[in-house]
Amino acid sequence: MRRFVVVAVPYLWLLALFLIPFVIVLKISLSDPAIAIPPYAPTLDLSEGWQGLKDFFAGLDFENFAFLTTDDLYWKAYLSSLRIAFVATLFTLLVGFPIAYGMARAEERWRPMLLMLVILPFWTSFLIRVYSWMGILSSEGYLNQVLLALGVVAEPLTILNTNAAVYVGIVYTYLPFMILPIYATLEKLDMSLLEAAEDLGCSRLSAFWLVTIPLSVPGIVAGCFLVFIPTIGEFVIPSLLGGSETLMIGKVLWEEFFSNRDWPVASAVAVILLLILIVPIILFQRNEQKQREAEG
Amino acid sequence: MRRFSWINATSLTLGFAFLYLPMLILVVYSFNASQLVTVWAGFSTRWYGELIRNEAFLDAAWVTLKVAVVSSTIATVLGTMAAYTLVRAGRFLGRTLFSGMIYAPLVMPEVITGLSLLLLFIGIGLDRGILTIVLAHTTFSMCYVSVVVSSRLDSFDRSLEEAALDLGCTPFEAFRLVTLPIIAPAVISGWLLAFTLSLDDLVIASFVTGPSATTLPMKIWSSVRLGVSPEINALSTILIAIVTVGVITASLVSKRAIAARQRDERAAAAAA
Amino acid sequence: MSPQTVFAPWDDPHEKPLIQFRNVTKRFGDFTAVDNIELDIFEREFFALLGPSGCGKTTLMRMLAGFETPTEGTILLDGKDIAPIPPNRRATNMMFQSYALFPHLTVRDNIAFGLKRERRPKPEIDARVDEMLRLVQLQKFATRKPHQISGGQRQRVALARCLAKAPKLLLLDEPLGALDKKLREETQFELMDIQEKTGTTFVIVTHDQEEAMTVASRVAVMDHGKLVQVATPDVIYELPSSTYVADFIGDVNILEGRITGQDDDRVEIAWAEDQPSIHAKARVALAPGSTAYFAIRPEKIAISATRPETAPNAVTGKVLDIAYLGNISTYHVELPGGQVIKAQSTNTDRMAAREFTWDDTVWLGWSDAAGVVLER
Repeated sequence: MRRFVVVAVPYLWLLALFLIPFVIVLKISLSDPAIAIPPYAPTLDLSEGWQGLKDFFAGLDFENFAFLTTDDLYWKAYLSSLRIAFVATLFTLLVGFPIAYGMARAEERWRPMLLMLVILPFWTSFLIRVYSWMGILSSEGYLNQVLLALGVVAEPLTILNTNAAVYVGIVYTYLPFMILPIYATLEKLDMSLLEAAEDLGCSRLSAFWLVTIPLSVPGIVAGCFLVFIPTIGEFVIPSLLGGSETLMIGKVLWEEFFSNRDWPVASAVAVILLLILIVPIILFQRNEQKQREAEG
Repeated sequence: MRRFSWINATSLTLGFAFLYLPMLILVVYSFNASQLVTVWAGFSTRWYGELIRNEAFLDAAWVTLKVAVVSSTIATVLGTMAAYTLVRAGRFLGRTLFSGMIYAPLVMPEVITGLSLLLLFIGIGLDRGILTIVLAHTTFSMCYVSVVVSSRLDSFDRSLEEAALDLGCTPFEAFRLVTLPIIAPAVISGWLLAFTLSLDDLVIASFVTGPSATTLPMKIWSSVRLGVSPEINALSTILIAIVTVGVITASLVSKRAIAARQRDERAAAAAA
Repeated sequence: MSPQTVFAPWDDPHEKPLIQFRNVTKRFGDFTAVDNIELDIFEREFFALLGPSGCGKTTLMRMLAGFETPTEGTILLDGKDIAPIPPNRRATNMMFQSYALFPHLTVRDNIAFGLKRERRPKPEIDARVDEMLRLVQLQKFATRKPHQISGGQRQRVALARCLAKAPKLLLLDEPLGALDKKLREETQFELMDIQEKTGTTFVIVTHDQEEAMTVASRVAVMDHGKLVQVATPDVIYELPSSTYVADFIGDVNILEGRITGQDDDRVEIAWAEDQPSIHAKARVALAPGSTAYFAIRPEKIAISATRPETAPNAVTGKVLDIAYLGNISTYHVELPGGQVIKAQSTNTDRMAAREFTWDDTVWLGWSDAAGVVLER
């Protein structure tokens, strides 16, 4: 009996507050577009039995999805989200790998401290971390003040409200997600492998390319997915740091919902976003699975 | 260390400067006397005073705290149950669906989670406010709790539970007297994680709340959209300070516990 | 042999067994872990389940403890079916291979754990825990946590904890597996001592044949879920029922051959073309022409420089290898046909005075009762 409760309570909770909401999103995305409030046609009337069910499904259509294809705002937003997420992931890797490598090569007694320093920002408010860049990147911000004072630039650079600021924000906030898995694989790497490679004639650099990098691939892949997947649907960063040119689907969905109040279209946007995410999520799961199997 | 070259030292220095400089600047400029945030005009605690007198912020902070405490507590109970189910229950009907529902919220974009929950709350006619935020936060943070707790349960020596049963415990007693005390650190970190996630959340709360409840992130959001503000700098500094003190204390406590344990084990081995 | 002088309840048809396995089978999916087992274990026995890992011995024990239920068949404790009784209400206690000491409780609280579940009065619990601490000589460590004591001490806490409830039956899963060799040997005798003092029935699971032989009143050798032989240690060693048992317990030479002659309890086995037939005593009737295995322990083969005059069996060969083990030496002797036979001799002299060395021609001889003839 108790065992049943232990399974049933979280199960029912997730069914009611995770799965059913998705079914509702799916249903509304197939309903007739309408401004204002529900119910959206068709409505399911179970009192009419089989006929009611048939009418319900007959009433569903892909009108909203068709609408998404007619307005190029949407597919541009999807593409641009993917592109920004991809480029930002590369940047994060470039910044994160040397840090992870440095941590893994640091003396053992320093490592827990360094690890804590990487994790600490993660506990700090995401919103505040993004916000902290607004003061730095604005045209009269600290970065421009420094650059002007040093005479590097003559005119203040426009960084805030451009894609560049979005990249900076993503790299900054998602950096721990990149560092941690790479550090985990590098830390496990047996130093004698590098010594063996050098013993067999590799230079330091070629030992790094031929041994360290291939063996840290699982960590790199995991880190990239951990940055790429959440970045696609990101809303806060493009809204605070991005400008009018920054087109990201999370922002579009938010605006569709809060500004245009078009819920069926917002739902359709959400459904497509999910479909796009399924591929990287499955690839990520595979990578994790492989790693677990490799570790026995 | 032969391999710890100046390259590593440089990349670590630059990397940590990148991670911490923005927050440091925020902290420093929160003590700026000037209204213009980017121009330094001397030390002052004026913005902290204004913050404390700002009732809208205090109200929002209070709402956020209430939501975070309640949702993380429920999420810890549910998440621990879910973890126990995932690790211990073996096969049951719909197990794949269950584990899918546990892991999916971890990768779900917040905008989708928020939208879908809002549509549900409207569909069932639930008044939107603190209750709906608590429900939403509990749902996604229980999944994080469950991941943290189940990784601890995975490495848990199952024979400890069997020993408890063998010595006369009912299954529930075995959980209460043996399993729970041992996995307690993981449960506590699960709670802390859930609490932090709830404190931080802007997107989901914005979707599911009504006019009656505004959380601190929502309040911060509406003011930073207009640009940098000294009051927000002060607020950020307070939040950063709380987190820093909390994390450092926690890590010192656990470090000390580990050190004490290692000392004991060495002593026991030496005495043998 | 009367039961008053020697402890052998299994030979007494009037004795009622404490545990009876009746056609017990346990399957996990397609895998049969325990295959149709019939077994009686008697009160006050020290019973060892011996076999390689995966042979089903641990499953057999876990069914007694109640962590597994038989797929088929019944297990009776004191004549009653124990299948419906959950582990927490069984009169059995188990000592786990990992010891499973509760890390958050002191030694004292670990030992008191089971007594507290019975809601006994506190003075009674305290007295019983003190008694147990004395039994395993850990009075000084009562307030320590498990990680604050050594491996050997942990092992004794685990033993005290499962003995505290005075179970009818104590199950020990590889109880000495985590100890080093020297400590293990000491502890074996301690274990036997405690078993005798408390009069509890012990069932021990082990893969270590020496351990089983040392502690047990009877040993059950298992293989692939089946009981291969159940007997006292000396019978298992001297009269193994199959080549599997002979090979599993100790060192042995197994020579495959064919029965060529039989006379009363004596048989002749032809086993190699250019070697004389083996003369041996057989305990079972074997038809001439059937395949037979002759198993003989190396220490029962005498090694000499000249042909032994009185031995009914004698072969000659070259010394191929000598394994010097201190107290004894094992000689690997290669016969002209390429077969290798191991013979052991006690080193009564120091090494320098050794009689044979590599490539010496030697004679091996054994009596007709030295080995056993086996069908399989």
